[in-house]
Amino acid sequence: MSTATAGGAAAPAPAPPPKKSRSVLGTRPWVAACFLLPALALLGALVVYPIGYSVYRSLFDASGNGFVGVDNYHEVFTDERIRTALKNNVIWVIVAPSVATALGLIFAVLTERVRWGTAFKLVVFMPMAISMLAAGIIFRLVYEQNPDRGVANAVWVGIHDTFTAPAPFPGAHPVNDKLLTASGGAFTTRSVVKAGTPVALPLVGVKPEDLGGAKDAIPARGVAGKVTGTVWMDFTRGGGGTPGMIDAGEKALGGVKVEAVKDGTTVASATTEADGTFTLPASADGARLRLPAANFASHYNGIDWLGPSLVTPSIIGAYVWMWAGFAMVLIAAGLASVPRELLEAARVDGANEWQVFRRVTVPLLAPVLVVVLITLMINVLKIFDLVYIIAPGASLDKANVLALQLYQSSFGTDVNQGVGSAIAVFLLVLVLPVMLVNIRRMRKERQR
Amino acid sequence: MTTVDTAVRARRSVPARIAARLGGGAMRLFLIVVGLFWLTPTVGLLLSSLRDKTDIAGSGWWKVFAHPAQLTTDSYSNLFHNDTVMRSLLTTALITVPATVLVILIGALAGYAFAWLDFPGRDWWFMAVVGLLVVPVQVALIPVAKLFDKLGIFESTPGVVLFHTAFGLPFAVFLLRNFFAEIPRELLEAARLDGAGELRLFTRVVLPLGGPAIASLGIFQFLWVWNDMLIALIFADSGHPPITVALQQQVRQFGDNIDILASGAFLSMVVPLAVFFAFQRQFVSGVMAGAVK
Repeated sequence: MSTATAGGAAAPAPAPPPKKSRSVLGTRPWVAACFLLPALALLGALVVYPIGYSVYRSLFDASGNGFVGVDNYHEVFTDERIRTALKNNVIWVIVAPSVATALGLIFAVLTERVRWGTAFKLVVFMPMAISMLAAGIIFRLVYEQNPDRGVANAVWVGIHDTFTAPAPFPGAHPVNDKLLTASGGAFTTRSVVKAGTPVALPLVGVKPEDLGGAKDAIPARGVAGKVTGTVWMDFTRGGGGTPGMIDAGEKALGGVKVEAVKDGTTVASATTEADGTFTLPASADGARLRLPAANFASHYNGIDWLGPSLVTPSIIGAYVWMWAGFAMVLIAAGLASVPRELLEAARVDGANEWQVFRRVTVPLLAPVLVVVLITLMINVLKIFDLVYIIAPGASLDKANVLALQLYQSSFGTDVNQGVGSAIAVFLLVLVLPVMLVNIRRMRKERQR
Repeated sequence: MTTVDTAVRARRSVPARIAARLGGGAMRLFLIVVGLFWLTPTVGLLLSSLRDKTDIAGSGWWKVFAHPAQLTTDSYSNLFHNDTVMRSLLTTALITVPATVLVILIGALAGYAFAWLDFPGRDWWFMAVVGLLVVPVQVALIPVAKLFDKLGIFESTPGVVLFHTAFGLPFAVFLLRNFFAEIPRELLEAARLDGAGELRLFTRVVLPLGGPAIASLGIFQFLWVWNDMLIALIFADSGHPPITVALQQQVRQFGDNIDILASGAFLSMVVPLAVFFAFQRQFVSGVMAGAVK
């Protein structure tokens, strides 16, 4: 494999210098033709001829009979759906290769100093061996909306709830608006409260799982100069009990925030104890009590990863998962050929690790990084399977990319092979510069 | 001079070493976290495939760590009795193996001709092939579909094989030519003096010596074809599709068929993963040579 791997990522690998008259002792040209025929026939019929046909076909309408000139190309840039595809392709081509390359660079540099670096590389590189279909199914599972099933949302909700305490009693509400009135999810007492007279704040609609282990509610005692009261679940299991009264066995709602509001401003606040009671200072006298909406907000349900607004970034995430390993392996090979002495010299000169990385390693790796970026860009340009598999039907239009639109225009839902061919030609034009660079590099190698 | 050097070293040593130690610890932790992060999606699929349909619908796969009793191979035994899926695996093999063998064979013939035979315009022909390296398959979908339709091989296994072979060829020719060109001239001349003909030279000297490059190419092409969905979607027999298309048809109903999807997806990954782990080095070589494809 010396040729293929020489110089790591310098692709196409440099060709060996030509020797004069390579032929092994006078082969006749027709022998060479026999060796070449199968390859050239297949390439001609299935690669070269289709390029010509696609260009030709792109100038005709859907039926293939009417010449329309460049109208199909015009449609590629004006049609709403294809423009979404174009816009998404631009996002893909900019974001996916750079993120994958950046991660690959970080991993390649870090794993160099760890003894189990190979094991790590294997883990990150492994997704490259599987199909985009399998990766798509894997990420459909990862991105499931329900945090009880999708691991992404499970983790995200976990983090979210660590920093924002979840509402203690989502969905709880007063049985009617006699005592409490609702506004914007909060509940406020109809009358003002007086110090020394305990307030009863009965609620219903508490979910059974939120009541697990709750104590029995007890009536608050009146304390002179203070506003006291009880928040509880005004419901007796198995019937009985008087609405608005704390009956035996009715459960306390602990941890509920209670605010005293005067003229729209909060003057005091407290949180109920485990037995449902709360105590507010004298300043609450004459205020109305409000149970803020935060007590009853429904549980945070995570991010809608595959919804219309996030679907493309989410699929890009799956792509990076697959291809960061590719970048890492190529960059690691390039790194192995960076002379150690240069790094050591920089360290001896007093450069810290970041400076060594930024000023020595990255510039030396620049050619490899360029090759990786270009390879990934070409690859991303043609992205199809991942989008087709991961995006749910409802988000498919929002996640549209050129290769997907080409498939739909050619064989799928909205058939117009003229437009399909125009997209194909457009994709080809985008990779033409790389084709020319490859050929030129080849020629240079041969002339040397 | 010496004092300055010592001073520099002394200044670096104590705090720098502590920092390095701490930094090393943080770095290891970071790599472990990233490694777990990278493994999680695959582990999720594997564990999902080892759970009951109702368990999957009811809770996340990570719950099996708390309830190992949920683990079951039912999904797999159902899958093995599912004729459609089993047949699709066979179809995948019937596409992948010929497409790999053909690309090696045809690519090696042409690679040898470009490396060692004389014919007019050889370098120009080779450059033309190199130019085809980056042609997107999308360009060929419509024209080749029409062509195959005329030839009567549209929606058939031979059509898929031919398509994969053609699009694998530029890389195959490029890789093998460069490798064959490194074969010492004396070896070929000696064989020729022993009276070997062109074909004998090719099969007895060039192919055996090209082993490593052929292995890389073979693995690369094998994985490429095995994992392909787009070309199979268009050119394969929709009545007997390969595994990727069979599963893709299930994805449209994502939800209550999760047991088939998870186990089927994992089953479809087993062969490429086995190939990957068995031939890592050749795979890496192939990937590196194949950059810019």
